Amino acid sequence: MANTKKIKLDFRTYMMIIALVSIWIIFSFTTGGDFLTARNISNLFRQSVFTSMLAIGMVMVIIMGHIDLSVGSLVGLAGGVVAILDVWQGMNPVFSIGLTLLLGLILGLWNGWWTAYRKVPSFIVTLGGLLIFRGILVGITGGTTIGPMSDLFYYFGKGYFSDVTGLVFALVVGLAVIFIQLKSRKDKLKYGFDVLPLKFEILKIAVSVILLVVFILVFNAYRGIPIPLMVLTIFLAIFSFITNKTTFGRYIYAIGGNSDAAKLSGIDIKKITLTVFMLNGLMAAIGGIFLTSRLSAASVAAGDGAELDAIASCVIGGASLAGGIGKVGGAVVGAIVMASLDNGMSLMNVENFWQSIIKGLILILAVWVDIYTKNKKAAA
Amino acid sequence: MEEVLLETKSIIKDFPGVRALDKVSFQVKKNQIHALCGENGAGKSTLIKVLSGVYPAGSYEGQIFLKGEEKNFENIHQAEENGIAVIHQELTLFEEMNVAENIFMGNEISHNGYIDWNEMYNQTNKWIKKMKLEGVNPTTKVGQLGVGKQQLIEIAKALSKNSRLLILDEPTASLTDSEVDLLMEILRDLREEGVTCIYISHKLNEVFEIADYISVLRDGEYIGGDFKENLDERKVVKMMVGRSIEQMFPDRNNTAGKEILKVDNLNLRDYQGDQILENISFELAEGEILGIFGLIGAGRTEIANTLFGYLTGSKKGDIYLDNEKVDIQSPKEALHKGIALISEDRKKFGIIPPMSVKENISISFLEKFKNFLVIDENEEILTTSELVDKLNVKTASLNTKIVNLSGGNQQKAILAKNLVETPRVLIMDEPTRGIDVGAKQEIYELMNNFAQNKMGIIMISSELPEILGMSDRIVVMHEGKITKEFDNRNRDVSQEEIMVYATGGEMNG
Repeated sequence: MANTKKIKLDFRTYMMIIALVSIWIIFSFTTGGDFLTARNISNLFRQSVFTSMLAIGMVMVIIMGHIDLSVGSLVGLAGGVVAILDVWQGMNPVFSIGLTLLLGLILGLWNGWWTAYRKVPSFIVTLGGLLIFRGILVGITGGTTIGPMSDLFYYFGKGYFSDVTGLVFALVVGLAVIFIQLKSRKDKLKYGFDVLPLKFEILKIAVSVILLVVFILVFNAYRGIPIPLMVLTIFLAIFSFITNKTTFGRYIYAIGGNSDAAKLSGIDIKKITLTVFMLNGLMAAIGGIFLTSRLSAASVAAGDGAELDAIASCVIGGASLAGGIGKVGGAVVGAIVMASLDNGMSLMNVENFWQSIIKGLILILAVWVDIYTKNKKAAA
Repeated sequence: MEEVLLETKSIIKDFPGVRALDKVSFQVKKNQIHALCGENGAGKSTLIKVLSGVYPAGSYEGQIFLKGEEKNFENIHQAEENGIAVIHQELTLFEEMNVAENIFMGNEISHNGYIDWNEMYNQTNKWIKKMKLEGVNPTTKVGQLGVGKQQLIEIAKALSKNSRLLILDEPTASLTDSEVDLLMEILRDLREEGVTCIYISHKLNEVFEIADYISVLRDGEYIGGDFKENLDERKVVKMMVGRSIEQMFPDRNNTAGKEILKVDNLNLRDYQGDQILENISFELAEGEILGIFGLIGAGRTEIANTLFGYLTGSKKGDIYLDNEKVDIQSPKEALHKGIALISEDRKKFGIIPPMSVKENISISFLEKFKNFLVIDENEEILTTSELVDKLNVKTASLNTKIVNLSGGNQQKAILAKNLVETPRVLIMDEPTRGIDVGAKQEIYELMNNFAQNKMGIIMISSELPEILGMSDRIVVMHEGKITKEFDNRNRDVSQEEIMVYATGGEMNG
C-alpha cells in the first residue's frame, strides 16, 4: 500500500520530464533526427543555462508568494559592471566577479527591504527596480558596448571540460547517489518506516546512474560538458537542497502558503523574505556575468525581458504565482522546455514570430493542464 | 392569511464525513418573522445555503417549495429572481463605493448602457428614508459607515431586487444596542409591507422580541417549532442543546497547582489611540482551565494575541510567567517561552493550505528536527505521526494536504502542532468553532488531559455551554474590561449570570 503510493508520487514529480521527452521526440521526427544529435543536445543545454539560472532564484521568490520583475535589468547591470571592472579597470577577474556578486546581493537587499520592511508590494518594488537598474546601467556605461572580456570569462561563458573530467564527475556523482540513497534507506529502516523493496531501490539507483553516464557520454561525443552547464548543475543542487531539506527552505513554502499562519508559527517572515530576494539578486548577478562572458561584451540591452522568461519557466515547471507551490528542479526543467522549443523550432526554420506565438500558447496550455487536472482530482 | 410561502421536504446535505442536514422539513408562513435557532454547527448556515442556491439543486436531497411550486435553484441568481435574498453575517458591500452604487450593484438603472445617475440617486434617497439612515447621502462611501448602517444598506439592496423572503444570518452579531433596536423596528415595518423574514440567531432575547414563530435545529435535524406565545427561553434552550452538559463535557476534578501566568493591569491601545483593553488582570495556575467569555468586540482575542506577542499597538502593564516578568514581542518568543496559541480563525491564521499534515504540524518547532543544516525527516515523521495518533487526527497519510481534512481534524492537527514542544500555557481561541459534535467532544477530552498534565489552559469562547462546562474559573469581559470573575469549580455558574456581565449590566439583586 505504502509502496504503491511512493511510486505514484514519483510519477507525478517526473511528469514534467515526461513532457520534455515528448517534446524532444516530436522535434526529432520533425527535424529528421537533427534535433537529437550530440551537438544539438549540447547546444540546447547551453542555451537553457541563462534562463535556468534566473529561474532558480525566481522560483524561490514565487514560492514565497512574491514576484521579481527587476531580474532582467539586474542581469544587464551586473553584466555591465563586471565588464567595466574587467575591461576599463583591468581588475583581476576573481575580484571583479566577487564585486559583481556582492552588487547582486545588495540590489536584492534593496528589493527585499522595500518588500519586507516597508510593505510595498513586490510587484511595484521590482517594477521600480526594473527602471532604476536599467537606468544606472545606461548611465555608467554611457550607452556603449564594453568588450572584449579577458580569457577567464571565455571559459565561463563558452568553455568545455575535457572528456576525462566528465567521466570523473560521473563517477563522483554516481557514487554520491548510491551512498545517499542507501544511507537514507538504512535510516528509514532504523526508524521502522516503510521502504521500497531492495530490488526496486537498486533498480532506481541503477536507472539514475545509467542516465547520468549516458548524459556524460552524449556531451563527450561533442566537446565535453559545457562549463556553464556544470556551474548551473552545482547551483541547482545547492538550491534544491536548500528548498527541500533545510528549515529555511520549509519556511519559504510556509510563508507562500499562508503568511499569517507562518507568522503565528514563529517564523521571522521579514528576515526570510529579505534573504530570498538577496539570493535572487545573487542568481541574477551570476546570470549577468554569464551573459557577458558568453557574448564577451556587455551591452545596455543585455537581459532585457529575461525576467519574463524566468517567470514563464517557473510556471511551466509547476510553480504557482499564488505562492506555496513550486520546485527549483521544476523551474529548471521549465527553462529547458522553453529552450527546447526555441531550439527545435529554429532547426525547423520556423519564423521568429511563430516561435513567440507558440511559446506563449504553450505557457497558457501548461498552466491550464495543471489547473484542469487539479480540479478533476478535487471533483473525484 | 395562513399562506405557506416556503416549504422544505426532507432536505439532506452531506459533507465528507459529516451529515450537515438530516431530513429537514419545515414551513415558513407568509408575512411572518420566522426565527431559526440552533447552536453553532447545528446546520443553520447549511440550510440557508441550500435555500438560496449556494448549494445547487442536485448537491442535496429533498425538495423546496416556494408558494407551493417546486424549485430547483442552480445558483444564487435564480434564488434571487424568485425573491429570496440572504443577508450574510459578513457583509458583501463594496466599501470603496457609495451607497447608491452598492444598492444597485449588478442591477443598475441604465438606458442603452448609460447609467441614469439621477434616477439612481433619487431611488436611493427613498431607501435611505425607509431604512431611517440619518445623515447618509446616496454618495456617501459605504466604508465610512458603521456596521449597523451597512447592514441596513445591505437589506435595502436585497429589497430593491423585489425580494419577498429575507434571510438574515446572525444580523446583530456585531451591532450596538441602539442599532439592534433600529433593525428590529425596520423588520417590523417590512413585515407590515408583506415581506417574510427568516431570522437566524442564537441570541434568544432578540428572538423572543422579534419573532412570530420559532424553529430549532440541532445536529442537522429539525427538532421542532411553535408560535412564540407557546414557548419560553428555557424550552428553546432545551430543544437547542438536547443533551445534558454532563454528557458533552468530561468529568474533571483537578486541583490547580502553582501560578504560572499572571497578567497585571494590562492596557492596550491600537494605532489610532483607541483603548482596546483596559486594566486587565488575571492569573492562571498549572492544571487550570480559565474560560474567557465576552461578546464580539469585548477584547477577548486581543488578550490572546497580546500574550502571544502578535498584536502591535501600545501596550502597558506587566505579564509574569512563572513569577518572572516577560515582555513578549513576537510569536516566536512566545513559543520559545512555552506559550502556544490556537487562533480563532483556522483558515486565516491556522492552516497552511498547500502543505501536508506533517509539514503543518512540524512548522512551529522545525528547529527541533534540525540536524546540522538539514531537517531530519525521519525524526519529523516520527514525532508528527505520534501526535497524529495521540490526537486521533483522521488523515489518509502524513503527506495528505491539510485542506483535504475535515474541519475537526484540521483543528486537531493545529492542536498537534502546538504540542510538538509541550507548552506551559495553551491559549485556545474558539477551539471548537465550526467543527462537528464528535470532534468537539474529543477536543474537550484532550483539554482535560492536558490540564491533568499540569498545562495551564486559557479557553476563549463565545459558546456559553462550553465555557460553563469546561472552565474552572470564568472571566467575563465587556468592551475591553473585565466585568466579573466567577469560580466555576462546582460547575454552578448560570448562563444568565454570565450574560448580565457580558452585556455590561450589573446584577441588581
